[in-house]
Amino acid sequence: MIESLNIFVKSIFIDNMIFAYFLGMCSYLAVSKTVKTAVGLGAAVIFVLGITIPINYLLENYVLSEGALAWLDPSLASVDLSFLSFIMFIAVIASMVQLVEMIVEKFAPALYGALGIFLPLIAVNCSILGGALFMQDRQYSSISDATVFGIGSGVGWFLAILAIAAIREKIRYSDVPAPLRGLGITFILTGLMGLGFMAFMGIEL
Amino acid sequence: MAINKNSNAFTFGFAIVMVVVVGTALSFASLALKPLQVENRIQKDMISILNSVGVEASRKEAEDSFYKNITERMTLNYKGEVVETREGAIDALDLGDPFNIDIQKEYRNSELKAEDRKYPLYIATVDGREIAIIPLVGKGLWGPIWGYVSLEGDYNTIFGATFNHKSETPGLGAEISEGFFQDPFQGKKIYDESGKLVSISVKKGGADSSNPHAVDAITGGTITSNGVDEMLARTFSVYDQYFKQNKTQISTL
Amino acid sequence: MSTAVAEKKVALEAVPREPLFSAKNKKLITDPLNDDNPITVQVLGICSALAITVQVQQAVVMSLSVVFVLIAGNMLISAIRNIIPSRIRIIVQLVVVASLVILVNEILKAYLPDISEKLSVFVGLIITNCIIMGRFEAFAMGNKVGPSGLDAIGNGLGYAWILVAVAVIREIFGSGALSFPGVGQIKFIPQSFFEAGYMNNNLMILPPMALIIVGVIIWIQRARNTKLIEKN
Repeated sequence: MIESLNIFVKSIFIDNMIFAYFLGMCSYLAVSKTVKTAVGLGAAVIFVLGITIPINYLLENYVLSEGALAWLDPSLASVDLSFLSFIMFIAVIASMVQLVEMIVEKFAPALYGALGIFLPLIAVNCSILGGALFMQDRQYSSISDATVFGIGSGVGWFLAILAIAAIREKIRYSDVPAPLRGLGITFILTGLMGLGFMAFMGIEL
Repeated sequence: MAINKNSNAFTFGFAIVMVVVVGTALSFASLALKPLQVENRIQKDMISILNSVGVEASRKEAEDSFYKNITERMTLNYKGEVVETREGAIDALDLGDPFNIDIQKEYRNSELKAEDRKYPLYIATVDGREIAIIPLVGKGLWGPIWGYVSLEGDYNTIFGATFNHKSETPGLGAEISEGFFQDPFQGKKIYDESGKLVSISVKKGGADSSNPHAVDAITGGTITSNGVDEMLARTFSVYDQYFKQNKTQISTL
Repeated sequence: MSTAVAEKKVALEAVPREPLFSAKNKKLITDPLNDDNPITVQVLGICSALAITVQVQQAVVMSLSVVFVLIAGNMLISAIRNIIPSRIRIIVQLVVVASLVILVNEILKAYLPDISEKLSVFVGLIITNCIIMGRFEAFAMGNKVGPSGLDAIGNGLGYAWILVAVAVIREIFGSGALSFPGVGQIKFIPQSFFEAGYMNNNLMILPPMALIIVGVIIWIQRARNTKLIEKN
């Protein structure tokens, strides 16, 4: 239990998708102009990560990795399908995002309109595929650990985009030098926030 | 003849052809490159083991150097008893070969208790002396840490130690892979005068160089250093039983 | 052969074929290097970019991988653009990118294993690199194979030079060294500097510095080319 909580806290603050690995920057920069859209997209990312990572975990451990097919038939124990992981992961992600899109359109049409093109773009959001690849790389030992990691990463991403959106809304009234305005200052701000988040290093519950 | 690009039949057909082509091409590439990739892994591990006894080797020289210098390899169980030995060339598919045991995977597997894990041991012959090489695995701050510690024939004096990590902080915990952290281990002893196993403590705040059972921790890398300390203590306590059964004598100060 | 097809053939032959290296096509290569840079202007492809800029050799290998995938993918998509069913367009693009990336990954694991380990998950993330899908949609789907290849080269190089620039700064100031693929890291700051009190700037090795350096590059670029400044 403590281990899961540790993973959760770590993936929000220390292994933050944006501040430590810069994954999902494209949509992060594009949708962070207002807090409203940022919240909407952040929530969608948490949801997609929370769903796709467990599914990809099952795929990884029961189909793809070396010897994973042994449960089907012992003679398949030496089959290594890990080279197909990228395609399988992205297929799962694309399908899940399609599903999320349909759900959002049905139950929150206003949000659907506000998010516009960015909802389908979650499929190619580096943080979703990145989450799946990190899960594969770190080889979490149970599906609950992997899920906790997924949700935690989503929450971390959500925190990041919320913070930068809030700052950008305020900074519109500041006197930023013209060449830095918009993109440049956002990069520098994100870097500074990343430095701040590094203060959480070494947290252990 | 105009093919309707958007008809269901064409879409299906296109998709099927695409899947077949992609699947075949990728499988072919993967199969063709697999032997090289396996060899790379083997070379990497060989180089790490050789480095722990101070033998430098490039990837090309790795295999020859390994077979020349590492004369024995065996697997121990939790009680220090020898359960497997192997000689000669390493077969990558031979899961019983001590070289092929993935101790990191076993350590990470929370369902595998310490009593059920396997403990590889290598004996190297360097300058006519027999050196025992023990693989280590442990937990750092951000991820796994591992390494090798080698002991002289008295199973007490450390001949050398190498450590590595996956994602420790650069400049801080990551420095365990640097010489200045690893070199002080040489010559330290893991048993005290009364024969009790005390391992090597990695002391925060610095250790007296005349202390045969401690080295300096890394400033700012406390948690990683603690990880090394724990890793050494835990691993030695398992191999301790093998040492006691096989030592000629424990050297005293 | 039906008349419709015959007419199409005549129409095609009437339009003079544009030479591969005409002025218009040359712009395909030069524009993304400055005015239309994929990272600093189009704001694409940042994801996999920054985390690996700790060492120049990693940045070089990553850039080469992206350029390869971009060129091969652009030309492939352009070649089959007329027979892709419109309903599965995005899926076909994703499959093309994913397959090429898998190919690159397997080759790296076989021939450059040490660098491949350091790049770890970021090679896989080339799939979601917005630049590649972006160029497929924006260019390859509507242009011939030759210009698509040039467009890929231009965008690839635009991406590459930013990556390598950031990596050079970070590695020189952060590790006092430079690294090259196949050669490894070479420390070139003489010991006497260290003894005189010079210290490696550890801040440079930390991830956030990559973002700040790119921010500064954008600053410089926009100061020199005022057309790019955002109107608020």
